Amino acid sequence: MTKAQKTSVTNHTGPAPAGEPRIRVRGLGKHFGSLEVFRNINFDVGEREVVAIVGPSGCGKTTLLRCIDGLLPHDAGEIRVGEQLVIEPIAGVAMVFQHFGLFPWKTVFDNIAYGLRMAGASQADIERKVPGFVKMVGLDGFEKAYPYQMSGGMQQRCGLARALAVEPNVLLMDEPFAAVDAQTREILQFELLRIWQERPTAMIFVTHSIEEAVLLGHRVIVLKGKPSSIHQIVDIDLAEPRTRDALRQPRFAELREQVWSTLLREAREAEFHLERS
Amino acid sequence: MSVIENVNAGVAKRKEKKAAPFWESAAAYRYGFVALILIVWEITGPFINPIFFSYPSKIAVAFVKLSASGELPYYLGQSLEVMFYGMVFAIIVGIPMAVAMARVRKLDWALDLPINALYATPMVALVPLLVLWFGIYLKAKIIVVFLFAVFPVLINTYQGVRECDKSLLEVARSYRSSERWIWRDVLLPFALPYIAAGIRLAIGRGLVGMVIAEFYTTISGLGFMITRYANVFEMDKTFVPVFVLMILGISLTTGLKWLEARIAPWSHANR
Ligand SMILES: Nc1ncnc2c1ncn2[C@@H]1O[C@H](COP(=O)(O)OP(=O)(O)O)[C@@H](O)[C@H]1O
Ligand SMILES: [Mg+2]
Repeated sequence: MTKAQKTSVTNHTGPAPAGEPRIRVRGLGKHFGSLEVFRNINFDVGEREVVAIVGPSGCGKTTLLRCIDGLLPHDAGEIRVGEQLVIEPIAGVAMVFQHFGLFPWKTVFDNIAYGLRMAGASQADIERKVPGFVKMVGLDGFEKAYPYQMSGGMQQRCGLARALAVEPNVLLMDEPFAAVDAQTREILQFELLRIWQERPTAMIFVTHSIEEAVLLGHRVIVLKGKPSSIHQIVDIDLAEPRTRDALRQPRFAELREQVWSTLLREAREAEFHLERS
Repeated sequence: MSVIENVNAGVAKRKEKKAAPFWESAAAYRYGFVALILIVWEITGPFINPIFFSYPSKIAVAFVKLSASGELPYYLGQSLEVMFYGMVFAIIVGIPMAVAMARVRKLDWALDLPINALYATPMVALVPLLVLWFGIYLKAKIIVVFLFAVFPVLINTYQGVRECDKSLLEVARSYRSSERWIWRDVLLPFALPYIAAGIRLAIGRGLVGMVIAEFYTTISGLGFMITRYANVFEMDKTFVPVFVLMILGISLTTGLKWLEARIAPWSHANR
């Protein structure tokens, strides 16, 4: 892999210790009929590591996450979470959806309790645990509200709390903040950082925002090509724990440019391709 | 200060605008027109041969008489019993069957044709047969109402479940929901507005079935009242059960709408 790209870390405390690999993706490939979405995807995610995935829309980011969550069968390679081979959704892995995926007929409380209920938690357990997660995402006072009564940002707070409530050791985030406005998005990014620091897990964070990828990820995977494959993995050696200050560090700008230029090159090539054909 | 005053003034203005004169409101037209019909009927009615026709005040008097004598409540009770059981069976058979069909493809393939064929058949044509098979008592009448009512429930529920949001089904799978919980947490709540629409249709059809069954079978219910008084040309008394049926239909469907808004507030939020 492209560890060679790592630059000096003298000014920084360096990336968080990632721990043992929690997710192992090996030689992963996926077709939809005759459409090959991606091929030969290899990467690991440590048990306390955030891996961000960026790539142009349509390159298969959602498909990759759905495979890792066990929602879709893959047709080459393997995925392991811990020692377990993923062939169907497994316990300890929770996904946050771009479209929020809240049940319109459930209140905030019941939406957050959903995962726990499915995992067989007792009513007493739920009453005891859920309020903490409501608070963690800042939804106290809205327990009885329905999703249609809330803004997109609040809905995604609810979606996040639902995932956190099952106390997963793997969090899969599919462009979770793409559908909320820019300000809310920034607030949610820093809240996610805070929450992750409170309870670090293995996390895959899919986004099409390079800033977001660099801010949240310890490594950024750039997907490229048709079918897509991993073009580059960039180590993000920002100071830990990350705060708002990260945005102002020159290193942040450098890393953002590095990821950006990779994607840009690809965008240019794609355009060039179109012109020729 | 002045800002607040302006706001208040604005609110006041809007309120003023809202309070249009009563005679221009929807309610005025809605009830005014009904009143007009009743008045015209009341005035012209007495000039028509009373063997074939009646008019509102005479019907009202008959209504009071039939209620006081206990005759109307007695027959109404019989009809309601038939309607109630027929509808309950239509709902408890129709909904699970529809969800099962929508979820199990082989069941769908097998049942699709017969169900649509039966739905398209004018059920009235089957009533004499049903009487032959099931007799003329309560059971036969409940079966008739059931057959009139079950198909709208079934077909609407089926459609609701089929149109269920795929992304929510994926959420349920991601959280490792069992099929049983998917029914409860995702499919049925999603289909609820469809189910309610189906039940509303079923009430209308069920009432038709109920009256027809009462025409054909034992001496019971509002249907029997109608035939009995029509046969002896007591038109005022004939109209009483007709009106009661009308009011029954209206109140059952409105009650259902109210219930739906109460138990499914989300489904009305974006309408
Ligand atoms: N269920 C599916 N059936 C067929 N094609 C699909 C399906 N889901 C996604 N695709 C296709 O796979 C490609 C990747 O989609 P997706 O993973 O959603 O991309 P991204 O999330 O990166 O925008 C797209 O070309 C999309 O049209
Ligand atoms: Mg996507």
